[in-house]
Amino acid sequence: MTRIGEKFKELGEKGEKALIAFITAGDPDLEFTGECILEMEKGGADIIELGVPFSDPMADGPTIQKSSERALTAGTTLPKILAMVKSVRQRSRVPIVLMGYFNPVFRFGVAKFAAAAVAAGVDGVLLVDLPPEEAGEFKKAAAAAGLDLISLLTPTSDAGRIAKVAELGSGFIYYVSVTGVTGARQSVADSMFGKVAEIREKSPLPVAVGFGISDPVQAARVASVADGVVVGSAIVKLFEEFSGEELKSRLRGFVAELKAGIGNC
Amino acid sequence: MRLPDKQGHFGQFGGRYVPETLMPALLELEQAYAHYKNDREFKEEFAYYLRQYVGRPNPLYFAEKLTNRLGGARIYLKREDLNHTGAHKINNTIGQGLLAKRMGKSRVIAETGAGQHGVATATVAALMGMECEVFMGEEDIHRQSLNVFRMKLLGARVTPVTAGTATLKDAMNEAMRNWVTYVHNTFYVIGTTAGPHPYPMMVRDFQAVIGREAKAQHRKAEGKLPDCLVAAVGGGSNAMGLFYPFLNDHEVRLIGVEAAGYGISSGKHAAPLCAGEVGVLHGNKTYLLQDEFGQIAPAHSISAGLDYPGVGPEHAWLKESGRASYVSVTDEEALAGFQLLTREEGILPALESSHAIAYLLKLAPTLAKDKTIVVCLSGRGDKDIHTVAEAMGVKLQ
Repeated sequence: MTRIGEKFKELGEKGEKALIAFITAGDPDLEFTGECILEMEKGGADIIELGVPFSDPMADGPTIQKSSERALTAGTTLPKILAMVKSVRQRSRVPIVLMGYFNPVFRFGVAKFAAAAVAAGVDGVLLVDLPPEEAGEFKKAAAAAGLDLISLLTPTSDAGRIAKVAELGSGFIYYVSVTGVTGARQSVADSMFGKVAEIREKSPLPVAVGFGISDPVQAARVASVADGVVVGSAIVKLFEEFSGEELKSRLRGFVAELKAGIGNC
Repeated sequence: MRLPDKQGHFGQFGGRYVPETLMPALLELEQAYAHYKNDREFKEEFAYYLRQYVGRPNPLYFAEKLTNRLGGARIYLKREDLNHTGAHKINNTIGQGLLAKRMGKSRVIAETGAGQHGVATATVAALMGMECEVFMGEEDIHRQSLNVFRMKLLGARVTPVTAGTATLKDAMNEAMRNWVTYVHNTFYVIGTTAGPHPYPMMVRDFQAVIGREAKAQHRKAEGKLPDCLVAAVGGGSNAMGLFYPFLNDHEVRLIGVEAAGYGISSGKHAAPLCAGEVGVLHGNKTYLLQDEFGQIAPAHSISAGLDYPGVGPEHAWLKESGRASYVSVTDEEALAGFQLLTREEGILPALESSHAIAYLLKLAPTLAKDKTIVVCLSGRGDKDIHTVAEAMGVKLQ
């Protein structure tokens, strides 16, 4: 079992839900990202999702687009991100998932990447633009290396798609709560409840819900039905306003609030 | 072998690399297209609009003066510039518009670079009574203000895109984001033979009227097949439309002309087939301008319509299989091509098409006088007057 599987098992035994916290790797630089991972872990994040910046993030809203641009301007690359994870691994066992687009991974070489990611201590990978139809080669490489391949389901996924996607993935299933791009929103769609239940019927994997979740109240609402709650843009927004020690302490504080909210579900 | 395969692959290229939210929409579109492309009523309606509204068939014009000037092969121009709205783009938007209507979508969106596809989509939306929003890079909005105003007159909303390089690729990102958000009532009218399956196939099929007409017209004029086909390649829809009906005529050379911008060696160009690497962008695997870490590199071309770092996957396949060859011409050469056709034939070509014209200077003189070349004159140049004037150092009011 991977660190992701162990984490969900451990939380399940305690009757807790997972907080999955997202930041963009390399925003504003990779050394700082390493420190942020540890701060968020201390704040109560159960799993860290690291965005791999891409020049053309077609599934992301303005907050993560800008964050990716800052990271790319700072010279962030996939090999450098793996090196950073490797150094964080010496100090932490928090599961780490890389999230991004396929092209940087394709350029790295699919099999080479899966092996290098596991060697660096990465636990799972989520590629937004790699649906099951195109994921065959990557799935094989990930399985061979022992890397979880996190798959996505959405409000538009019907029963057939759910079965197809559930079969592909490992680690957990990421349910995208809205049809749209990433970004903090005022409310979480009610359709989530029915869909998450439907996914559970088709897959034994834990289900995490993300996209648009921006505060502890929404996080609690999502946690009432899901095994995990993903918060991205609302955290990344802090990087627009703050920096340095102030940012780190706010990150830790916000993550703690979210985790407390999830505990109240 | 008929390509693409069932999953939309042309060899290793093409496919469907999109967020899961869009997969059901693409599968629905694929099914709808598979049904209607063989539906008699749909085909008749498509043919009706191409004839009565677009003005097809347009001529295959023998450019006698240009031929004499270059002193080699006989040059024929396929006059897509004479279509309603002034470019080949309308062939495809009529087809996709009719499909959108049948699928019950009330809203269409499009990306545009030079504005020709945006205008063609806005035109069809007006004709068919659909809401229309066009995404356009801010940089291109400046370069193509005339087309922006045309789209607004036609009732479309033009949304400026400031992200990234603020050109065609960023407009396409934004259109994808909008589609992901409003997928329940929105049809995304992609303007070129790129994007996720079934778009490269569908756009090619709608544009193939160019090659079918050219083939019949050339046969009538010359009693044989042409020796060479030449077309500009950005995303590649006019070239694919011209080439496709000739793919199995192996004696016909197919030549795509990419934009070399300031020159391939300058690194500032839009020639992924000549100088790019395989990668994945905007839903398909193809040749791309990118760095060693898979970040997409900005393209450059004087022609907004060619200013794109990728290319349709079928062109990538035609290059890899050796069926077509791809060359490039610089901004400067394209401007010379623009002036040459204007002065020799009294036809102002679009800057996109000017790239194909410019390549004739290299190709035509090397061929014997009994050989023929068919060039796709994909659009008219009126929209580019400001750009051309600026390049010539002339200030217009």
